[in-house]
Amino acid sequence: MENYSTILALLNLFLPLLSFVILIFFGKKIGNSAHWVALTLIGSSLGIAVSFFANVFVDTGGPILETSVPWFSTGSFSVNLGFLINNEAAIMLLVVALISFLVHFYSVAYMKGDPRYSRYFAYLGIFTFSMNGIVLADNLLMMYIFWELVGLSSYLLIGFWFEKESAADACKKAFLTNRVGDIGMFIGIMILFLSIGTFQINGLIDGVHNGAFAGNMGLLTIAGILVFMGAVGKSAQFPLHIWLPDAMEGPTPVSALIHAATMVAAGVYMLVRIFPILTPGALEFIAVVGGITAIMAAIIAITQNDIKRVLAYSTVSQLGYMIMALGVGAYQAGFFHLTTHAMFKACLFLCSGSVIHAMHHALHELKDHDTDPQDMRNMGGLRDKMPITFWTMLIATLAISGVPFFSGFLSKDAILAGTLSYYHLHHGWTLFLPIAGFGAAVITAFYMFRLIFLTFFGKPANDKVYAHIHESPIQMTFPLILLAGLSFALFFTLPLSVNPIDNHGWFTEAVPMIENAAGLDMHVVEEGIHHAHYTAMGISLMVAAIGIFLAVLFYLLRKVDAAKVAGMANKLKLYNLSFNKFYIDEIYNIIIYKPFLALSWLCSKLDWDIYDQKFIDGWGWLTIKLSDKSGEVDYNWLDQKVVDGFGKITQYFGKTLQSTQNGVVQNYLLGGMLGVLLLIILIQQF
Amino acid sequence: MESSILTLLIFVPVAGAVLMLFFAMLYGKENAHYYKWIAAITTGIQLVLAGILYLNFDPALSITESPFTVQLNWITHFNIQYFLGVDGLSIPMVLLTALLSFICIISSWKIEKQALGYFSLFLLLDAGMMGVFLSMDFFLFYIFWEVMLLPMYFLIGIWGGPQRMYAAIKFFLYTLFGSVFMLLALLALYYYSDPHTFSLITLIQTVGSIDATLWGLSVKYLIWMALFIGFAIKVPIVPFHTWLPLAHVEAPTAVSVILAGVLLKMGTYGFLRISYPLLPGEMVNFAYILAVLGVINIIWGATNAIAQIDLKKMVAYSSVSHMGYVLLGIAAAISDSPAGAQAGMNGALMQMFNHGTITAMLFLLVGMLYDRTHHRWIVFPNDYEKPELAGQQGFGGLGAKVPVYTGFVAFAFFAGLGLPALSGFISEAMCFIGGFSVFRTLTIIATLGILLNAIYFLRAYQRIFLGPLNETYKDLPDITHRELFTIIPLAALILFFGVYPAPLLDMISPAMDGIIKIVQSVI
Repeated sequence: MENYSTILALLNLFLPLLSFVILIFFGKKIGNSAHWVALTLIGSSLGIAVSFFANVFVDTGGPILETSVPWFSTGSFSVNLGFLINNEAAIMLLVVALISFLVHFYSVAYMKGDPRYSRYFAYLGIFTFSMNGIVLADNLLMMYIFWELVGLSSYLLIGFWFEKESAADACKKAFLTNRVGDIGMFIGIMILFLSIGTFQINGLIDGVHNGAFAGNMGLLTIAGILVFMGAVGKSAQFPLHIWLPDAMEGPTPVSALIHAATMVAAGVYMLVRIFPILTPGALEFIAVVGGITAIMAAIIAITQNDIKRVLAYSTVSQLGYMIMALGVGAYQAGFFHLTTHAMFKACLFLCSGSVIHAMHHALHELKDHDTDPQDMRNMGGLRDKMPITFWTMLIATLAISGVPFFSGFLSKDAILAGTLSYYHLHHGWTLFLPIAGFGAAVITAFYMFRLIFLTFFGKPANDKVYAHIHESPIQMTFPLILLAGLSFALFFTLPLSVNPIDNHGWFTEAVPMIENAAGLDMHVVEEGIHHAHYTAMGISLMVAAIGIFLAVLFYLLRKVDAAKVAGMANKLKLYNLSFNKFYIDEIYNIIIYKPFLALSWLCSKLDWDIYDQKFIDGWGWLTIKLSDKSGEVDYNWLDQKVVDGFGKITQYFGKTLQSTQNGVVQNYLLGGMLGVLLLIILIQQF
Repeated sequence: MESSILTLLIFVPVAGAVLMLFFAMLYGKENAHYYKWIAAITTGIQLVLAGILYLNFDPALSITESPFTVQLNWITHFNIQYFLGVDGLSIPMVLLTALLSFICIISSWKIEKQALGYFSLFLLLDAGMMGVFLSMDFFLFYIFWEVMLLPMYFLIGIWGGPQRMYAAIKFFLYTLFGSVFMLLALLALYYYSDPHTFSLITLIQTVGSIDATLWGLSVKYLIWMALFIGFAIKVPIVPFHTWLPLAHVEAPTAVSVILAGVLLKMGTYGFLRISYPLLPGEMVNFAYILAVLGVINIIWGATNAIAQIDLKKMVAYSSVSHMGYVLLGIAAAISDSPAGAQAGMNGALMQMFNHGTITAMLFLLVGMLYDRTHHRWIVFPNDYEKPELAGQQGFGGLGAKVPVYTGFVAFAFFAGLGLPALSGFISEAMCFIGGFSVFRTLTIIATLGILLNAIYFLRAYQRIFLGPLNETYKDLPDITHRELFTIIPLAALILFFGVYPAPLLDMISPAMDGIIKIVQSVI
């Protein structure tokens, strides 16, 4: 049985990779039928994911699959590769495979006619492979490997239309920003490995449980926060959230799959996996980061005009929710929201894709290249032209806004209960968390209905464009309908409860509360959440209503002039602050990016123009000068003066003595005698 | 067969060079075709021999036990031996040398200028490199070390770029400066050891008992420092590194490949083969400095690479950065965590091999671009010869024009920035884990390299391959079959060892364990 499951898991992992390999190498030949390859393989992978998911309902008392093989080792340093499919992993696998399959399906129509059609499906394949890897990984190093690989696939897909400078910038920004987080994650993994001696998640949990950090919990807190850094990058949390809105440069189905439903949720998933080793200190930090992200991104979303950007900031904000949920210990709620969010956010993105697709075609027919097909100010009244898109998007919007009977209501409610309970337990500044949670909830309802009203209601901004708008083909609307269906609460509460505002259902059964090995008493947390449940539900109903009401007032009935309010808010520069995303990009540009490039330029000057050309070549120069000098001494002095001097002296004497060589023998004899005499005198001296 | 294989590995290329001279005498110097083929065949034979060696190699056997070891007296008066051997430390380097030499010959196929000289010098260089990695006698090691230098000097000086003479001289003098110190260390080891010997195996036993002092310093410390300077220049360790960017940039493609792929590794190989086993006590005292230097290399190399506008120079500085990982890894030999020491040391040697393949691929790819466009400016410099181009992007949007080439560049760039599933990741991660087990703060600083290395590779990739197509290159041809032949083996190795590093690790780890044991024995 285990072998059988392992093979299934391997297939689930590698079939999408096979799709990548086939399409990369034979894409040109396969051409426009590329999607058949991809759909077949991803579809099979989906089938396997379903079979794993079926096991969620079979209580075996242990994980569905736990297996591990040595990858490489040397003495005490060894690394394994393995799968750990527990209920969370099985649910996540299904989410990934389902959305991936639907996005593949949707893309057949959306990407039709693209010159790199086959490559697009290839990239989706490598993404699905990497994402499955993260979900299946039983150890942190393996997770890190796939973590980086989803980064690669995200890079490739954001930059899919790389001829656009903005897309080329965005993919680089995404990769680099993620790497900042990954550095932290890697250091965290190293601390855990060197303290406990394994990368395996269950091994780490056991290690912490058995006191590997006893007396040094501070280090475990640091390690937890560092590993969380990875999630800050991947799940676009403040302060590394800046890449996600730019990532919207990628094709919209990609945004739905990677930058809304699955990859960005990987950070949350990772925290779910390592939750037992996160200390209360680390969790507190995580909660604050999540809270800041949730409220900040929501505020930014209010003022954006690009339909995808609104959704992008909405995603950032919702991810903040999930992270905050993990932070306050509402482990189950965070993961629940991940799942429900995946459905309705994928639906929202695909709907926006449908709208953009329609706008794009209308503009194309009109040969209008100046109008931005993604700007909501150019839309309006599309409800009648695109009924399926409208209704499905409305359902998903109700879900994200936290309206009862829809899935978002249940999961968001659980998170808000978590924050309230956290405040009840800790008091003081932790009031920030419920405020951020409920505040973001109001704003979410507001900006989402703003999006709906601007896009689908009111008068069309441009009648000519409006006339050319058509509903998208069935390949695109089918996934919308399916995902909108999955945004109903009922799907998550069956079969235990058919009461759609009661969140007890298969999900809560499948994902029970787990123990925390690092010092957090989960019973207290659970109790607190239980108590806060109805209060939270009441407040969240109220805030959703306020948000929707405001949006109706501003954008549907137009009782209040939004521009005027914006102008008033802008007296305090509030509007500009939101519109310009709190200037975070600009700040990074000024305090990090530009100074750093200048620094690297300076270093290169220092390295080459000064250190090498002056200092190192200085030695060469000095040597040459010295050897010139020594050459001069050698020739002008030693040779010309001393050596030649001897010669000259000899010459002089020679010349002088020449006269003595006159052939007179007596003179020679006299000379000889004098010489002998001189020798005798000299010898006697010694 | 077994005992002659090492000798053959060194002398087959020499025989090839001699054969070329015969051909030159018989058929004249002009026919470049002969020399290419002779070079390809000889390096091909060498590669096959290396393959046979690999297949019969038993990592568990030490030099003294290995059937491949050759130990003959050469100059008996000074106890100099013809002593060749291979163990886990040298075998990856031997394989790398054989592979890169062969690939380089193929990639040099278009060399027409004085082909006889080029290919014969290349073979001599090949022989020298092989000799360095196989010598177990320090004197022999030194001879091969110097033998390598001269062909390299001519290859850069004659077949190089515009500043070739300057680059060649700089390279030569830098290296020679290091060699002088190595020679002093060599003589000191010989005279202070009892019995006098150059055998690196015997010296492991005898050096320990040297306790002489000179100028108030211990002789062993002086020997360590002299060896350090000799090897540091080759690595190159900042601040001894400035020969590298110039030599790499000016050298012809194949020579850059050899420089970065093989020559740099001789520095770190020297540490592991000579400094570590002979002078473990000094190594332990020096480890911290070694780690500091490693981190400086990583950060300084990468920071400089970011600023480069010449693609080849960028790749050259990336080597400085990547060799830093090796230094950090080998410094971890002193770790009190066995897992840390093993991760560091094995990671370092794997990094030497992996960087060899990755950087070779990078240089080959840069060379292909240069062959087609005759420049490699990411951005034209402000004083460019055509003033209207100064400050403009050199390329742009090539991804749409040459997709296969672009795919390989992306592969190599991502390998360079340490993407998991490609070989560089494993070795870099192991170096970090090793380093982190001893030098926490330093390693945390070093992990910045993960980001910095990504910055320059992705920036260059964007500026050359993404964005709208630069119309100048609208007829740029994609990669040829011959070019594919040179890079596919490298890409395959990078992918293979990235996915499955066990064969490489199993091959080297017993030897690395031996070195770790020696180092740990003096702590």
